[in-house]
Amino acid sequence: MSSRLSGNEAVAYAMKQINPDVMGAFPITPSTEIPEYFAAYVANGEVNTEYVAVESEHSSMSVCIAAQAAGARAVSATSSCGLALMYELLYVAASCRLPITLACVNRALSGPININHDYSDSMGARDSGWIQIYAENNQEAYDNIIMAMPIGETPSVRLPVMTCMDGFITSHAVENIELLETDAVRKFIGEYNPEHYLLKKENPLAVGPYDVSAYYMEHKVQEAEAMKAAKSRILEVAAEFEKISGRRYGLFEEYRMEDAQLALVLIGSTAGTAKAAIDKLREDGVKAGLVKIRVFRPFPGEELARALAGTKAVAVMDKSEGFSANGGPLFAETCSALYNLKERPYLINIVYGLGGRDVRTEDIEKVFGRLADIAVTGETHPAYTHMGQRSREEETV
Amino acid sequence: MIRAKDINELTPWQDLTPGGEIYEAGTARAFNTGTWRTNTPVFHEEACKHCMLCVPFCPDSAIPVKDGKRLDFDYMYCKGCGVCENVCPFPAITMMIGGVAR
Repeated sequence: MSSRLSGNEAVAYAMKQINPDVMGAFPITPSTEIPEYFAAYVANGEVNTEYVAVESEHSSMSVCIAAQAAGARAVSATSSCGLALMYELLYVAASCRLPITLACVNRALSGPININHDYSDSMGARDSGWIQIYAENNQEAYDNIIMAMPIGETPSVRLPVMTCMDGFITSHAVENIELLETDAVRKFIGEYNPEHYLLKKENPLAVGPYDVSAYYMEHKVQEAEAMKAAKSRILEVAAEFEKISGRRYGLFEEYRMEDAQLALVLIGSTAGTAKAAIDKLREDGVKAGLVKIRVFRPFPGEELARALAGTKAVAVMDKSEGFSANGGPLFAETCSALYNLKERPYLINIVYGLGGRDVRTEDIEKVFGRLADIAVTGETHPAYTHMGQRSREEETV
Repeated sequence: MIRAKDINELTPWQDLTPGGEIYEAGTARAFNTGTWRTNTPVFHEEACKHCMLCVPFCPDSAIPVKDGKRLDFDYMYCKGCGVCENVCPFPAITMMIGGVAR
């Protein structure tokens, strides 16, 4: 059925269709609407979720951990500083192998304090052991949250899943969207039947015990193997999802990459802008293409290397600063993914859009202009630049 | 189901429980935690009236009881906290500096 929803409404509606056992959430812009809409569903008796009002995000994630360990399905939503306040518990959730679902509405992480979009919040949590799936638009935000539980709850995976969407751009913009029937969602998600859980009276269970150095490494290897296993499970779930929705998802989306010589790698809503720019450049005969990363954890390194192997020059566009003085996090991942290719494209990094700084099709065209020069000259210096900031110097993108 | 007694420091990661979950109670019995000890309680049997006050105060399983009488310390579980010496109404327990029982 067709509807018109904001990204936050779409995610809240998906959660209503899922009808999770527990929600622990604390309001923070721009994700506030998700628990707000959901609280209304609870108050109206439209779901039978136990809604736990907490005093902080540290507590909301703690509630989710306890609930999931008890054998319940737990969900939460947050943004920016809220995610940062969960930081410790994100690692606990992942290491206890609790498949919690978290809607992360991306917003710049303080400071300076800012409420607009970039990925500095979820990129800071990229090494916490959570699966991270990013949406380009409202439809993907809705679809991703429905796919989260079948991915995370698989016994070979058993990892928490963070579905991310761009704050305000996606969370607050209203778009046409195709919703599934609630019965179809429930059937797709199925019942949550963990083998072990705290409320299973037949056998006692201890979760998250102290791990001495004789065991810690082994448990971290288990987690790393689970993250590797998640990759194929994500594709399986996507294939199952396509059957009920008609919408196809991969680890990333390739746009006009068949014969592309110049390509972008980026995440999220900027993909829409980039596609418009690429269509225009293609009319002028430029062989431009795009890889939109959907799954950032696990990172699809081998697959990305194959997708980019035929290109001449690639710009990785990071919407978060890593302060490595060597480029952003997506650039680091892409570089390491491509390193073992016998013939690699030239690679540059452009950090853009921080704290909601706008990016337009003309900006993307400028990036392709630089890539065209690099493809001819082979000169990648400077390989790491910023785009869109006011400067006394002429901008190099 | 993987039991605690079947896991040790030679067990490969594939044979450990996910996230270190433990599927039974009382598994502390299987683990030697006495190596942490910096001070050591010494039991003077001649001064002991077997009032059993020390037994429930011991936070671990370091004081075995048999036929209504406490036995000497089981140092495998003793971390040297000194609670037993503190609650003992008689001069039956003294703390000795150092982690090694002599």
